Amino acid sequence: MDVCTSEKIFGGSFLLAPIGSQPQFTPEELSEEARAIGKVARSFVEGEVLPKDAEIDELDLELSRKLLRKGGDLGLLGLEIPEAYDGLDLDKITGLLVLEELGRQASFSVSYGAHTGIGTLPIVYFGNEAQKAKYLPKLASGEWLAAYALTEPGAGSDAMNSKTVATLDGDHWVLNGSKMWITNAGFADVFVVFAKVDGRKFSAFIVEKNDPGFFIEAEEHKLGIKGSSTRAMNFDNCRIPKDRLLGEIGRGHRIAFGILAIGRFKLGAGCNGIAKEALKVTLRYTGERAQFGKTINNFGLIRKYLAMMATRIFVAESMNFRTIGYINDGMHSIHWDQPDAAKAKLEMMDEFQMEASMMKIWDSEALGLIADESVQCFGGYGFSAEYAPEKLYRDNRINRLFEGTNEINRMIIASQIFKKSSNASLPLRKDTADLPRLGDGPLAKAKQAVELAKRQAQYATAAALEVCGQKLIENQEGAARAAEMATEIYAMESAVVRAEKMATASHRWSELAIDLAKLFVNETTPRILTNAKLLLGEVLEDDALDQAMADMKAFDGYAPEAGSKITSRIADQIIAKGAYPIEYL
Amino acid sequence: MKILVALKQVPDTETKIKVAADGRSLDPIDVKWITNPYDENAMEEALRIKEAQGAEVVAVSVGGERTREMLRNALALGADSAVLIRALETGDPLSVARHLAAYAQGKGFDLLLLGHMGFGGDNGAVGPMLAELLGLAQATVVTRLELGEGCFRAEREAEGGTEVIEGSLPAVITTQRGLNEPRYPTLKGIIGAKKKPLEELEGTATEAAISISAIALPPARPEGRKLEGNAAAQAAALLQLLREEAKVI
Ligand SMILES: Cc1cc2nc3c(=O)[nH]c(=O)nc-3n(C[C@H](O)[C@H](O)[C@H](O)COP(=O)(O)OP(=O)(O)OC[C@H]3O[C@@H](n4cnc5c(N)ncnc54)[C@H](O)[C@@H]3O)c2cc1C
Repeated sequence: MDVCTSEKIFGGSFLLAPIGSQPQFTPEELSEEARAIGKVARSFVEGEVLPKDAEIDELDLELSRKLLRKGGDLGLLGLEIPEAYDGLDLDKITGLLVLEELGRQASFSVSYGAHTGIGTLPIVYFGNEAQKAKYLPKLASGEWLAAYALTEPGAGSDAMNSKTVATLDGDHWVLNGSKMWITNAGFADVFVVFAKVDGRKFSAFIVEKNDPGFFIEAEEHKLGIKGSSTRAMNFDNCRIPKDRLLGEIGRGHRIAFGILAIGRFKLGAGCNGIAKEALKVTLRYTGERAQFGKTINNFGLIRKYLAMMATRIFVAESMNFRTIGYINDGMHSIHWDQPDAAKAKLEMMDEFQMEASMMKIWDSEALGLIADESVQCFGGYGFSAEYAPEKLYRDNRINRLFEGTNEINRMIIASQIFKKSSNASLPLRKDTADLPRLGDGPLAKAKQAVELAKRQAQYATAAALEVCGQKLIENQEGAARAAEMATEIYAMESAVVRAEKMATASHRWSELAIDLAKLFVNETTPRILTNAKLLLGEVLEDDALDQAMADMKAFDGYAPEAGSKITSRIADQIIAKGAYPIEYL
Repeated sequence: MKILVALKQVPDTETKIKVAADGRSLDPIDVKWITNPYDENAMEEALRIKEAQGAEVVAVSVGGERTREMLRNALALGADSAVLIRALETGDPLSVARHLAAYAQGKGFDLLLLGHMGFGGDNGAVGPMLAELLGLAQATVVTRLELGEGCFRAEREAEGGTEVIEGSLPAVITTQRGLNEPRYPTLKGIIGAKKKPLEELEGTATEAAISISAIALPPARPEGRKLEGNAAAQAAALLQLLREEAKVI
């Protein structure tokens, strides 16, 4: 599935490339095999997981274990494990489909993600032969389940501030310290634990459930994802054999952050799976609930909520599959047999870290809005635990907190842009020349808007960097505006290009796709101009600011569409269908 | 042991059925096609026999291009090979049975398994017709199947009880839900399916014995009406409506 062979594609390059000039993978191009595997995940979720929704949420850990084991029987736990260790080593695109389906039960998908992702992957990427042979086949089958223990009471976002220490004593490591918020801790067999050797050299270790001196605390009482196990744990002179060191001493940060980066884009996919559920229940309810003599899906403001939900889903999908297309080309083309395969794969992941962070924040915040609006559409009933939105509202909240808080991810995006622009791989320009018109067709105006937005973002970011240099990152508000602009541009462009591809292919839902892309551009474009101006306001004063504002006029050419008309067309279609209509499985 | 499993694609139960412009076929737009659920029981039974005593399982379908996906799914589940007999789906069971019979003739199948009917079409005709065309024993709507040396014992639900049928192989068995719990394909199965043979045959043009001249959706249910007043008044109003409007008493 080589969607991206052009050498020009690298993290952030979308900011410079004219819209449509870069290859972009879309879910409409999925292979039959990928769809078949996605369908297995769907059958598993619909047949085994969702019927147990209530029991899972009551924190029936034995049930979660059993379901994971069942998933293992189907192969769903071995997607990213090399074939040599009983995994399937599937491409990342197929993996995304699976995650989207799993996402429909929020708690279970967190258990699944912690096991297959942050729990298992450190061993896949950094384990030695013996460690891989010992652990991976059992992790692939679900006989053993895994967890990842990085966070500590005093070391959250600042994970390197870890106080857990490891000391070599003969042929054993002795661990002391504590960890916090560890997903799957209640039932995991294998823990990847980060600790500082001699209190200095950050490193990773494999700890097993029954190791002496390893204590797991009681369950946390959480706001949401109540069916996933989250516990603190303590190491009190915990002795583990010397060969449980994972990777090299002092290279723990590479493991910790490399693995988290892989987790980020996945989180987005899960969010989108449940977003579709949210839209479905909201469509049903608003089509049944009547007030003032008509069902509430006749009211313009409710229709706007419905249309925006569908729009965000479309945008998230477009962005997710585009990103995974790049990451997959980079990572999956490197075979595990190659020397240094793990290193090369992680470098590819690093390259698209910015886009992965964009997926994470955009998708998690889109789901937040969708859950919130779903509550709103249900009115008072949305506030009742008897109806679905209440749980959606609680469950979705975690996505903005873990796998790097959204603040940390915004800073990652900003710092990548700033660094790349300083080393000339991303030469941002203050270009105020007229933009050529981008042809005709239903998306011409939207494309023009994306190009204008790129100019706005480039101008403001370049101007801010001229003034502050790399110190711009220290102005977090300003830096976040740069990250925000880049993210929304990436989102808009991904949606517009996908809609255009669908139109070219005469896709069944191309008219809807065009409307979804147009509505999103219509809503988003003004925000980008505002962010650009506010960023300039952060760094410029007096005449320089006046000049910049005058220059910005060159980009202010987007004349809004009548959004309510687009909304209405979208609402008609999704109401008739009773669900988000664009299916790709 | 050599087993033929016949499979059909039917619209997903969640599909909102629309009648096509010709008034006699389904509007294919937005229809999601799935394997006929009763055929899944047939497939599962074949796989269990294969696992228990060894068998070669051939999945066969009569249909068009989109049928390939279903057959590949059968291969992913564990069928050894698949055959697509290309023919127009006319809705005529006899023509399907003739295609299947023509294929199966002389190939040494010991057992031919089919769902007892196609979900939605509900004819329940292909299995019995196939048995007749091949001159084989048959048991229909089977909920339990045991195989012996050259013979079978099948249980089927009959009105008010269970009927037990014994016969000799080769035989045609049509399967009912409850016979077994169909499995999901595994990811390994899906990946392995690519390497298994999916043969394509041109169906012989047989003359259709019947044709569908029209299909119609049930009339839309009229809106309900709420009766006002206290319980006695409501009961009286209801009685009156049942007598005079619905004319059921
Ligand atoms: C349900 C759940 C499951 C979890 N599972 C795991 C797991 O399996 N393994 C694991 O290791 N961890 C896990 N975590 C921990 C999670 O990753 C951390 O909670 C997260 O990284 C944030 O750390 P913190 O809670 O200490 O918050 P803090 O770091 O204290 O952050 C508090 C606030 O300050 C902000 N902030 C912090 N630093 C900065 C900065 N430099 N710039 C701007 N803003 C900043 C944050 O964005 C946040 O808004 C889990 C957490 C939860 C709640």
